[in-house]
Amino acid sequence: MSPRWRLVLFVVVAPAFAVLFFLAARGLPSFGADIHPYGDRAVAVAARQRATANVVSSVNFDQRAVDTLGEEFILFGSVIGTLMLLRAAPEEREVGRRGAGRVLPTTRLAGYLLLPVTVLVGLYVIAHGQLSPGGGFQGGVVLATGWHLLYVAGRYAALRRATPPTLLEVVESVSAAAFAAVGLAGLVVGGGFLANVLPTGTFGELLSGGTVPVLNAAVGVAVTAAVVLLLAAFLEQAVVLRRTDGPDQR
Amino acid sequence: MMLLIFLALGLVAVAGTVVVLTREPARQAITLSVFGLTLSILFVTVQAPDVALSQLAIGTAVVPLMIMLTIQKVDGRR
Repeated sequence: MSPRWRLVLFVVVAPAFAVLFFLAARGLPSFGADIHPYGDRAVAVAARQRATANVVSSVNFDQRAVDTLGEEFILFGSVIGTLMLLRAAPEEREVGRRGAGRVLPTTRLAGYLLLPVTVLVGLYVIAHGQLSPGGGFQGGVVLATGWHLLYVAGRYAALRRATPPTLLEVVESVSAAAFAAVGLAGLVVGGGFLANVLPTGTFGELLSGGTVPVLNAAVGVAVTAAVVLLLAAFLEQAVVLRRTDGPDQR
Repeated sequence: MMLLIFLALGLVAVAGTVVVLTREPARQAITLSVFGLTLSILFVTVQAPDVALSQLAIGTAVVPLMIMLTIQKVDGRR
């Protein structure tokens, strides 16, 4: 598309979008208002019926869990696609890591000190998704990025040994399938896909919310595996693989 | 509370402008990370701590890291 046509398209579409957006936004409850039709209903269901203290988790993993299932498989598909694109090209070979051992002692110390703290925070955020802000996705990303503090601490070889791709791919697939399996269990036992069929427990206790902590755990494992696989592929491309023939041989 | 929200919104606007005005990709990854931090502050002020956590983890850590690694790879090929 030429820049001229792009400009014409923008001039035509932008005002139409602005008008529609304005009309749609006029129907929304006002910002910060005390009464919100959807919010009030979601909070009532989460707190009274499902004993889920974190209402956001109740919406994500119970009331609208099918949306999260979709997101889970979007992540799954994106990671597979990225891994396909980042696989080693035929002319690329593994070379010794350049610049090894150039890590500042303070950086190394910070990496080692923060590694256990970050892993603990990640596990906590996954396990307490039904109670406090966070859950499988947030905790999984914290866990996966925390693990890469090994790279920050200059231990790339150790990090690489600790992230076997085949095992992680299996873990990723199994945990994504586990989400769908919980949904099917709801269909069989509760009469609806992803119906919350487990006992909801006591409001505010660690084991409460029925299927919410189970789905949070499945998402936590899946997201951890996905982000570790993703970063491992990027790291391998950036640190290990080099073109060995062709015009830009190093 | 309204004042805090507008303060955070102002921070997001400033940080976003800085990201756009940063032309060098490696530096842009860093300013993008700071922009992600200001966004998560905004999410906290509008009482969305779940979204703030996601934004903090993805926007300030994973995405800038992926950009830095990509730049390292692309520069290594020249």
